[in-house]
Amino acid sequence: MSELRDLYQEVILDHNRSPRNFGHLDDANRRADGHNPLCGDRLDVTVKVVEGVVTDLRFKGSGCAISKASASLMTEAVKGKTIDEFNELFDYFHRLVTDETLSVDERALGKLAVFSGVRDYPARVKCAILAWHTLKSAVSDSQEVVSTE
Amino acid sequence: MSKVTIDRIDFDVRSIRKQFPLLAQSVRGKPLVYLDNAATTQKPQAVLDTLSHYYAAGNANIHRGVYALSQDATQAYEGARSKVAKFLNAASPTEIIFTRNATEGINLVAQTFGRSMVAAGDEVVISEMEHHSNIVPWQLLCEEKGAKLRVAPINDDGELILDELAALLGSRTRLVSIVHMSNSLGTINPVRRIVDLAHERGIPVLIDGSQAAYHMAVDVRALDCDFYVVTGHKLYGPTGIGALYGRSRLLNDMPPYQGGGDMISSVTFEQTTYNELPHKFEAGTPHIAGAIGLGAAVDFLTEVGFDAIASHERRLLDYATGMLSELPGLRFIGTAREKASILSFVLEGVHPHDVGTVVDTEGVAIRTGHHCTQPVMDRFGVPATARASLAMYNTTDEIDHLVSALSKVREVFG
Repeated sequence: MSELRDLYQEVILDHNRSPRNFGHLDDANRRADGHNPLCGDRLDVTVKVVEGVVTDLRFKGSGCAISKASASLMTEAVKGKTIDEFNELFDYFHRLVTDETLSVDERALGKLAVFSGVRDYPARVKCAILAWHTLKSAVSDSQEVVSTE
Repeated sequence: MSKVTIDRIDFDVRSIRKQFPLLAQSVRGKPLVYLDNAATTQKPQAVLDTLSHYYAAGNANIHRGVYALSQDATQAYEGARSKVAKFLNAASPTEIIFTRNATEGINLVAQTFGRSMVAAGDEVVISEMEHHSNIVPWQLLCEEKGAKLRVAPINDDGELILDELAALLGSRTRLVSIVHMSNSLGTINPVRRIVDLAHERGIPVLIDGSQAAYHMAVDVRALDCDFYVVTGHKLYGPTGIGALYGRSRLLNDMPPYQGGGDMISSVTFEQTTYNELPHKFEAGTPHIAGAIGLGAAVDFLTEVGFDAIASHERRLLDYATGMLSELPGLRFIGTAREKASILSFVLEGVHPHDVGTVVDTEGVAIRTGHHCTQPVMDRFGVPATARASLAMYNTTDEIDHLVSALSKVREVFG
């Protein structure tokens, strides 16, 4: 069971049960859909960006515990950050779940550090990074800008 | 009652298991419990030995070689074709075309029979429970030709609604392509009845036997089907080899699939004459070792015997169905009256992917996802299922392991 607890840490189980910032952001000016056809996960991320800062965001969709908790914790971590700061965090998170040599800097990562267990489960990496890729596409791709009427 | 006794005498699962070296290993410190047989089955020693012997002592390119080694390889390759023909009870080995897998068998029919017989406004009929490999080749064909793909629905138990299928058969239907046994539901379709319905209207039928062929004896002449596809790696044989059975009358009329060596009788820059069956459909050097390995696999299956295999797997399925039903919050997807060897399910409140990861830490290999049947997932309103699928070497002990691994899921997720 201990091996499993490394992956399914309490924080992850908690965010899976009660995801934060779950739903649709009515005054969003960016959005993107994420889809992981491998496991059928679907994610919809709505974001409000004001002068390069992510002022608010929500996510909606179905997925496994890892993908749901990752989306939930991501929304908490990114709210109030600039897009540049998000991009930096994106790269760091990506390394956190894939790079076995990376030492986990809990101060820089905060609660996101709980995802370090994912690197032992290569099949689950895609679950952990789906929300991040979706948000990246929402904030960086002008094609994804949607009207908020 | 006497049958059970006979099973016990005739079918010793422990001695079967001993023939599969891979099954003896441990995963994450636990004995491997391999329950992903619908994806691929493990290989018996007889198949491994055949492959290794071919490469160690029998390798040569086939056909047209005048030296002994090539003649022996040709004989072994064509011998494998005869074995597969006998295995499916085809009228002649010339009706067996070696392919890469069942997917290629279906694509071959779509690209040859389909492209020559299907025109704008025509229709191809499939069912809602098809694997993507029996959907997409027909979509491609229909798109190219301006034809229409019609889909026969299934009911809440995952059974084909036969009346609805019959109602789809009309004067524009050029082919019915239907799965014998569903890979995500376990449903066994009444294929002989479907063939009759189609033939009454002069419509040929292709049957996708990927799942059925390693659980039950297949007799293409008794089924009266026009095409039947199988894949070697699910028949306890190698990957990269499969077979298409086609009625010779149809195969003769069909244009070739791919062009190249071996599929011709004569070539000039002005004109090429195609080779006779089955070579017309096998361009280039085929997977010789794979075909010979598949021959060894069907020998193995025949030796064990489908009566013994089917009754063992039936007992396992009944046992597993009973045990899993006891688990709180478990819902089966696929509860057809006629089904075999597949337990597809969801656990309330837990995503199948998490179920798969948790049981993996207990050494239990099951598949989670849409199983290449996204329309089936949509039909049942689930993004994915967890699927345990059985083969001849599985045991009731392994089912107990699965059940105990699944109870860990509850410990983690509450």
